[in-house]
Amino acid sequence: MAAHVQTGKNYINEFAGLKSWLCSLDHKRIGVMYAIAVGIFFLVGGIFALLLRTELFSAGPTIMGANTYNQVMTYHGAVMVFMVIIPGIPAVLGNFFLPLHIGAKDVAFPRLNLLSWYVFMAGSILAISTLFTSKIDTGWTFYTPYSIRTSTATVTMVVAAFIMGISSILTGLNFIATTHTLRAPGMTMGRIPLFVWALYSTSILQVLATPVLGITLLLLVAERTLGIGIFDAALGGDPVLFQHFFWFYSHPAVYIMILPAMGIISEVITTFSRKTIFGYTAIAYSSLGIAAVSFFVWGHHMYVSGQSEIANVIFSALTILVGVPTAIKMFNWTATLYRGSIQFTTPMLYALGFLFLFAIGGVTGIMLALIGLDVHFHDTYFVVAHFHYVMVGGVLMALMSGMFYWLPKMSGKMYQESWARISFVFTFIGFNVTFFPQFILGSMGMPRRYFDYLPMYESLNRISTIGSYMIGFGFVVGLITVIRAIYSGPPAPANPWGGKTLEWTVASPPPHHNFDVEPVITAGPYEYR
Amino acid sequence: MSTDNKAMGRKHHFAHHFRSAEHEYESAKQGIWLFMATEILMFGAIFAAYAIFHSLYPSMFAEGASHLDWRMGFINTCVLLVSSWTMAMAIQSLQSGKGKNAAPYLIVTLLCGAGFMVIKYLEYTHKFHLGLYPGKWFTYEGAQHSNLALYFSFYFVMSGLHGIHVLLGMGLITWVLIRTMRGEFDEHYYTPVEGVGIFWHIIDLIWIYLFPILYLIG
Repeated sequence: MAAHVQTGKNYINEFAGLKSWLCSLDHKRIGVMYAIAVGIFFLVGGIFALLLRTELFSAGPTIMGANTYNQVMTYHGAVMVFMVIIPGIPAVLGNFFLPLHIGAKDVAFPRLNLLSWYVFMAGSILAISTLFTSKIDTGWTFYTPYSIRTSTATVTMVVAAFIMGISSILTGLNFIATTHTLRAPGMTMGRIPLFVWALYSTSILQVLATPVLGITLLLLVAERTLGIGIFDAALGGDPVLFQHFFWFYSHPAVYIMILPAMGIISEVITTFSRKTIFGYTAIAYSSLGIAAVSFFVWGHHMYVSGQSEIANVIFSALTILVGVPTAIKMFNWTATLYRGSIQFTTPMLYALGFLFLFAIGGVTGIMLALIGLDVHFHDTYFVVAHFHYVMVGGVLMALMSGMFYWLPKMSGKMYQESWARISFVFTFIGFNVTFFPQFILGSMGMPRRYFDYLPMYESLNRISTIGSYMIGFGFVVGLITVIRAIYSGPPAPANPWGGKTLEWTVASPPPHHNFDVEPVITAGPYEYR
Repeated sequence: MSTDNKAMGRKHHFAHHFRSAEHEYESAKQGIWLFMATEILMFGAIFAAYAIFHSLYPSMFAEGASHLDWRMGFINTCVLLVSSWTMAMAIQSLQSGKGKNAAPYLIVTLLCGAGFMVIKYLEYTHKFHLGLYPGKWFTYEGAQHSNLALYFSFYFVMSGLHGIHVLLGMGLITWVLIRTMRGEFDEHYYTPVEGVGIFWHIIDLIWIYLFPILYLIG
């Protein structure tokens, strides 16, 4: 480290020029490249979200008609799910910090890692290209039979999702092999940071679930181009089979999104409580537990799709079971906070925001798992609110927490705390203003996905729309804070937060090869007190 | 690093983030096996779909299978089994220091793959000739079950996806064959050949399951 401090060489300035980035095999640079791409897609998806909320500000068509609304809704969902939340944490922060966390010089397959970025970009650009040809209107779930009949560019979009799936598989495969084989001497599986456990569990899901989405999407393409009829009742097939296949991937996929977020929360809470994490083993294994159970709960999306009652009961029970490992995590984080020396830095604020919002998202998830309640809530705004409490209140809060936590390490610059806190206040309050009314709207029976609603729902929709502008403002402030820090922030020390994991032992930003001397690990990751 | 290699008498330079060539080999092999897991799950889903529809319409599937020629399927099974054996022998020759034998074995494997595809081509064109197309293109007149087209959807999707994998495997074998002929592999370094070999065996294994459920269920 000392040598690097003297020479001032790090992964950013060791090589120069655009080509040195586009051809880089360095996991840190690939992580940064993912960050730029995902950041841009996040803005795109966010603009779609604000357009939707603006349309819903008043009853009746205002800024767009029904067809445009369907398209905007589809792109909001598809962009946010496939291009932001799924790659967000693993491909950006995971790429950057997994090798640093386990004391490795790189991931196991650096060329494959770069390839996965290019594959992801190819899929994303293909998906975005449909905006300029024939905008699709199926919703991000591509449900048959409508997706077979609609005249829009479904095939292109589905192929794009397939390609992004390949990228996700390659990243997951790379991370599993890295975690298995590249740990530094003494870095046993019982000593890896909890972020690594979370990434590891996520990767298992990516490798085992994504291929099923792959074949499902290929069958949908074959359905549209060759008319094979496997999902088409008119030809002897079954459209509900598509739902089964789709959710066999897409339910584990929501854990692909949330597990790495939980990993970030474990890191941030222990660091800013100045306290050894409570229940390391329980948190680590609960990640694997969530991953395992997640494969057997997909049927809870189909309580009203003609599934047998026996199947409904079994899926309901298994879904409730997910609450157990999730609650284990929540209680362990809370126990870590107990009597900790808590510092309310921006990452910690976002992490505490996560705990608050994710608790609501999780409990409403249990409500939706109950068959009787779900029949009432199915396809209403209650589901929309639950999903956003988990995915935005959970994943995006954690992503923001992680971005601010690791920004000093990634960029070598400190951000301005006051502005970052303003960003947190607006996203957190705005989030509740946006989505809490949607629970009420849903329980009153307002259906999701429609561009219009009855006048009785108008006042709550107005509140929700105002909240969405607050979220938008909060994220823009956050983005500006990050960009300002990168360009003109004061230099960051190697360990600004007093963290104990390995990435804080190297310079900020880290040198090209991460560690000048391979670290030898003799203790666990969170030796505070 | 290079001094380590010289000391152990090997030509292969392992990547900088590994401790040794063995370390690199172990990691690569894990990566290949994980990739195979994705292949199995991808085919697994369509096997599941097959199982569902077969349990709904067993006699229709039996009628569909009766339109296939089990002898062609059997020959193809044998061809793939032979190719798996030659693939294994190619790796075995490299491992045991008889690297010169590897290239001929790989060529035989490649020829078997090509033979498989030729037989598949003959089968497909025969079906097309009779109008036994998948789904909505189905024009065959003498069907006893009105939804027989669905069987051929499964037949073409499953064997087609498998055929695409055979073609991919042949491409990969060509790649390692060229590298073998250039003398890039020996008993110290043969990871790509082994990786391609694992892929080829998995494709073979999938066919072992496809053959009975498509041809022999009648």
